[in-house]
Amino acid sequence: MKIIRSMVLVSVDEASLEHGAEKVFHAFLEEIEEFGLSDQIAVSTIRDVGVHEDVPVVIVYPDAAVYAPVRVEDVHTIVEEHLVKGNIVPSMLTMMRGLTPEVAWTRERRGALPVQKRIVLERAGIVNPASIEDYILYDGFQGLGKALTQMKPSEVIAEVEKSGLQGRGGAGFPTGRKWSFVSSTPGDIKYVICNADESEPGTFKDRLIIEGDPFSIIEAMTIAGYAVGAHEGYIYIRGEYPVAYRRIEHAIHQAEEHGMLGNNIFDSGFSFHIHPHAGAGAYICGEETALIESLEGKRGMPRARPPYPTTYGLFGKPTLVNNVETLANIPAIIRNGGVWYREVGSPKSTGTKVYTIMGNVNFTGVIEVPMGITLREVIDIYGKGMKNGKKLKLVQTGGSSGTIVPANLQDTPMDFDSFRNAGVSLGSGALLICNEDTCVVDLAKVILRFFRNECCGKCTPCRIGTLRLYEIMSDISEGKGSISDIDEMLKISEAMSEVSNCGLGQTAPTALLDVLKYFREEVEAHITDHVCPVGVCPITAHVPELLPVP
Amino acid sequence: MDQAIKQKDFDIVELVNDAIEKHGNTRDAVVPILSEINHKLGYIPSSALPEIRRHIHVPQEGVFLADSHLYSAASFYHLYSLKPLGRHIIRFCESAPCHVVGGREVIQAIQDELGLQPGETSDDKNWSLVMTSCIGICSVGPVFLVDDDVYGNVTPERVSEILAKYQ
Ligand SMILES: Cc1cc2nc3c(=O)[nH]c(=O)nc-3n(C[C@H](O)[C@H](O)[C@H](O)COP(=O)(O)O)c2cc1C
Ligand code: SF4
Ligand code: FES
Repeated sequence: MKIIRSMVLVSVDEASLEHGAEKVFHAFLEEIEEFGLSDQIAVSTIRDVGVHEDVPVVIVYPDAAVYAPVRVEDVHTIVEEHLVKGNIVPSMLTMMRGLTPEVAWTRERRGALPVQKRIVLERAGIVNPASIEDYILYDGFQGLGKALTQMKPSEVIAEVEKSGLQGRGGAGFPTGRKWSFVSSTPGDIKYVICNADESEPGTFKDRLIIEGDPFSIIEAMTIAGYAVGAHEGYIYIRGEYPVAYRRIEHAIHQAEEHGMLGNNIFDSGFSFHIHPHAGAGAYICGEETALIESLEGKRGMPRARPPYPTTYGLFGKPTLVNNVETLANIPAIIRNGGVWYREVGSPKSTGTKVYTIMGNVNFTGVIEVPMGITLREVIDIYGKGMKNGKKLKLVQTGGSSGTIVPANLQDTPMDFDSFRNAGVSLGSGALLICNEDTCVVDLAKVILRFFRNECCGKCTPCRIGTLRLYEIMSDISEGKGSISDIDEMLKISEAMSEVSNCGLGQTAPTALLDVLKYFREEVEAHITDHVCPVGVCPITAHVPELLPVP
Repeated sequence: MDQAIKQKDFDIVELVNDAIEKHGNTRDAVVPILSEINHKLGYIPSSALPEIRRHIHVPQEGVFLADSHLYSAASFYHLYSLKPLGRHIIRFCESAPCHVVGGREVIQAIQDELGLQPGETSDDKNWSLVMTSCIGICSVGPVFLVDDDVYGNVTPERVSEILAKYQ
């Protein structure tokens, strides 16, 4: 197994080339070879780092140290000191505008790689999640204290708006704006709901946030309640997360005992109560109106919208529904200010994003990084490369309702805007990395089976559509497809996307459409040649009797 | 699961009373109450529904509830069963992330080992095989649960050794 522990990038824009970038690049290759580190350190190029004096620029990851200008005679020192001994060479670091020496993340995102930056998961894994003292020791409840004692509700909302925070539950709706909708809807009774249903396959970030730092959600919900004028909050936790439920329950008790929750918090006159609520296993209950129906004790079926929950939500009252990760950003935003938050991430997608990495890479798990890094970086640096040296075939981003990105698009920066422009969805932040042994027909079939099972059945295009798409894909994987099936799937998908009542039906065909867009030949091979090129589908066993007589 | 209560002679009235005591009799308590009964018995017997309805139906507060409404909820959620299941329940994650890292082979091994198809309960009522979607521990896929125990990074070879613990 080859694990790249470090990466050296040499800038090769016009100016850098003029100043010997090519020689520097080769010098790195040679020196690294000399030290016998070729297996652990990769050398690559980067086109433009945004500066054209003092070039070439050399960035070393994962430390994100930026050296410039680098001459061939400097290479030996950098390799020996930094890459062999692990000491960054201060005298060679640069202080270029936009590129700080420690973090090469630039706001313009000119190809530099960010290091992990933790806001949401700052305390997770460090503090004892059962100890309110630990939480307080690590800045806990400072945001709430500041909000309740120094700020008006409108100022809290203004701070959240200033931060540019967008919802992390999938749709990316601006959080401050949602808060102001709820706040401006008249009513004595309002609710705050923390959406911890998290049933998107491949997504477990919210579980880690709650299990690792439950008090941050309590603090955030209380701040939200103060901002929008609510006194009751619900945390809807999926039934499959018993540990998260117990941690939250315990945290609520402790917060109440310490006067951080309940009546007259911090003697401010503001009261807020939180009720944990466990779901019972239904993906659709993550959709906010279905969640509300479920909280009301019914089948979790989405309502027709409008009215939106912000005006007509739980028990008919104005309701704020926010995702766990969204809320987990709030205490730090209030503590440090919206402007501070804006400094992280890219201008249009601020802050960090928590991603879950799964599939055929050496490291699977969770990372929190500024918005805007690329899939290649995720795979190489955080995923520690593809497992067993296999080739990358595709990545499914955003969970089962998300998009499929073929290997050749892995350099698209991941933020809301770039992704949307590239037709890629960020969704829940799940990244399923698949190697060449993955059959797209088999993958699409499994994804469609999920939607067939989880469709709530309320509206026809989704109910029939998810079933038909699954059946057709199933047939194709067994060698029983015909070429007209592709057109039929496209037609069904179009109808589902356009007229389904909720996001489930609208996005269920997403992965399938991408498979047909990027891997159509492979699907056709199943149909016309009766072979599964990857050898995964049960096709071969069935072929003889199923082939139509010509 | 509480084996004592699982015996035939459970008292549904008492069970429902306990659950109401714990979760209250408001509308938002319906799912927690159903969950509690399902957890204690392994399923929700139809006799529980009118019992729950009696408590939650509060006309003076404008809350009307019918048995059919409760049935509709009880039959909707995947964690509930309306018929008794086996003594041990295997919940196998069939979602894509687990599937692509080897789930396909593991479920086959389980089926072969137990002679069960997904959704079936064994004749000796020892095992039920239930397929589920992602349970949020995908980084160690393939994954399945036996009752409340979690198994990750499972390979087909490990299946019989794991199941043997429950014989
Ligand atoms: C089928 C479906 C499932 C969803 N599941 C979740 C979920 O598990 N968690 C979540 O926070 N949002 C989920 N959402 C999005 C919510 O409806 C809602 O947009 C979100 O909770 C709003 O919070 P945010 O603004 O903080 O992102 C889902 C949406 C759909 C259509
Ligand atoms: S689109 Fe599907 S899940 Fe959504 S309301 Fe319609 S049937 Fe239900
Ligand atoms: S996909 Fe299997 S646990 Fe998440």
